[in-house]
Amino acid sequence: MTAPEIESNGLSRSQLTRSTAIWPLFALGALLLLNAFALPSFFELEFLDGNLYGSLVDVLNRSSIGVVLAVGMTLVIATGGVDLSVGSVLAITGTVAATLMAKTELGVTTAVLISIAVAMLAGALNGLLVTSLKIEPVIATLVLMVSGRGIAKYIAGEQVISVPRDEAFAAFDWIGNGHLFGLPVPTLLALSLALVTFFVVRKTSIGLLIESVGGNAAASRATGINDRMVKLFVYVFAAFCAGVAGLIDTAYINASDPVNAGVFTELDAIFAVLVGGTALTGGRFSLTGSIVGAILLQTLLTTMYAYGVASDVAPVPKAGVILIVCLLQSTKVRTWFRKRARGQQGNPATAFSSPADSSSEEAS
Amino acid sequence: MPRSSDSFALFALMGLSCLMASGCADSKPSDSSNNVGDRKYTIGFVQTGSESDWRKAHSDSVRQAAEDAGYELKFADGQGKQENQIKALSSFVAQRVDAIILSPLVETGWDNVLEKAAQRNIPVLILDRQVEVEDESLFVTYIGADTYNEGRLAAEWLIKNTDGKAKVVELQGTPGASPTLNRYKGFRDVIKDHPSIEIIASQSGDFRLSKGKEVMEALLKTHGDDVEVVYAHNDDMAIGAIQAIEDAGKKPGDDIVLVSIDGVKAAFESMVEGKLNCTVECNPLQGPMAMEAVAKILAGEAEDMSKRQMIKDEVYDRSVAKDIIDSRKY
Repeated sequence: MTAPEIESNGLSRSQLTRSTAIWPLFALGALLLLNAFALPSFFELEFLDGNLYGSLVDVLNRSSIGVVLAVGMTLVIATGGVDLSVGSVLAITGTVAATLMAKTELGVTTAVLISIAVAMLAGALNGLLVTSLKIEPVIATLVLMVSGRGIAKYIAGEQVISVPRDEAFAAFDWIGNGHLFGLPVPTLLALSLALVTFFVVRKTSIGLLIESVGGNAAASRATGINDRMVKLFVYVFAAFCAGVAGLIDTAYINASDPVNAGVFTELDAIFAVLVGGTALTGGRFSLTGSIVGAILLQTLLTTMYAYGVASDVAPVPKAGVILIVCLLQSTKVRTWFRKRARGQQGNPATAFSSPADSSSEEAS
Repeated sequence: MPRSSDSFALFALMGLSCLMASGCADSKPSDSSNNVGDRKYTIGFVQTGSESDWRKAHSDSVRQAAEDAGYELKFADGQGKQENQIKALSSFVAQRVDAIILSPLVETGWDNVLEKAAQRNIPVLILDRQVEVEDESLFVTYIGADTYNEGRLAAEWLIKNTDGKAKVVELQGTPGASPTLNRYKGFRDVIKDHPSIEIIASQSGDFRLSKGKEVMEALLKTHGDDVEVVYAHNDDMAIGAIQAIEDAGKKPGDDIVLVSIDGVKAAFESMVEGKLNCTVECNPLQGPMAMEAVAKILAGEAEDMSKRQMIKDEVYDRSVAKDIIDSRKY
């Protein structure tokens, strides 16, 4: 993935987005199809007190944290970096919010704003380590990943902090458990965050700048792009997303759990982004793919609960699905299969790919 | 973990110098009955970590009981790692404390370090969780909550209050942890004589509130109105399940009966609200019993002590919750 990324214009890019998101969509479809036959209750939907209720709603609701994190992670990975600290930032944000509400007189809005500001500060720290000190993103964000959880535990005094059940309680609870137009609030939050990001990134030049920095930072700088600012921006944005996820997570159980909140969510976010067709090397990215990837992971988890798979075995099918999607995306594997098919048919002309296929090959 | 081992070494060194200093300077007799001549007994306590409110209450109880008995307690926090616990144990042996209390994180891997303590004739008392060693003489006695019996008590309460007929959803703890295994087995050993009690689903919620809620949401969708009872391996998961049941438009405590284990304060609050039916206490206040045993060991009466001493667990349900909630310390 080098310089030519800059040449990609609106039309071909939208084609690419479609084609990179196709493989996780394919896996998601296959999983749902399997459930349709083996587990009909999975698709049951009903209205309960005017709100939609069912397994599919659960999937969308529970995947909201994954989707929010994946959106932030996509932009970081597109610049050729990675943010390992989002799980810890999630824990810090939740702890700060819960502590402020439990121990001070501050209102919900103030507590939420302060905790989001703390998250963005953490992101700025990551960004400065990467841009000013030129530390490898893996190392720079690892610092906060390890120390961040310690900070969260310190703030909470190594305790689970419950959100006090006072008059402000309902407002905070709404973030994690409320409904709007019959849909869960976390889902709507994740959806709106994703949509706004999508339009800002695709309709302004930011998306192009990110892709060009990820493709070749030196070349972008030569063309007058402030690559440092771009990188700083994506780390702050990823931390902002982690902050939103932290609020959803804390509001969901009305308590912050600094020890367990968000453990391994950074890896799930990276999985979602990679499965969605964005390469770790940076450059082109697919927000749609990442979102589908995050929903795929949650569908898998909810499916395993429904089937009653024991939780010590559960990571195995997850690994299997991730592997299959990655294999499907791999140009090498696909070429190999095509060659095999060609060899068997003995007719090279028919085995050649459709236009959609070749465009996805460019992307990978 | 170079940093923590450094700080630990420093801590140990400070402890050692304190010990020497007090040994030299503090020669006036103390007023406590447990002190022989001019010497104050020193007890080393190796704790698992500070992962929950329960564990915090456990640590506080041991600290308080040691103070009441007039012992000097050296506290080492394993921070969730057996490696740290072994290091702390070895350093207590090197400091030649008078007795060691160990709350092990896991059951196995203790033989070598306990051997070291035995060579120096330092008695070791196992508290809370059990150890599995080749030579049982390596520790003097085990004191702890009987997690197997807690599972049995939960099942017995359930049989009595459902007339022996119920469809149960089980929320298990962390896979492989000894409380999970014991609470799983204890429950089943009682209900096997009652064929009308049926476990229709059993999933791990990792002892966590959010996980308990998430799993319960999924199980409510799969099994729908079949769910009559929730048996949770700890209170946190039961509280998560309560939230999920409410979201499903049902009344926890009435439409679905909930039984859990631990007896933390939040569980009593839920019982007062009528949302939880019963909790089996797993008592963390093990300090006094441990110090009583230490006193016997130091007095040379270790021989006639039984190898396993179980703390008696109580069963509390909604009818008594209101009266005793204020007396709960954790």
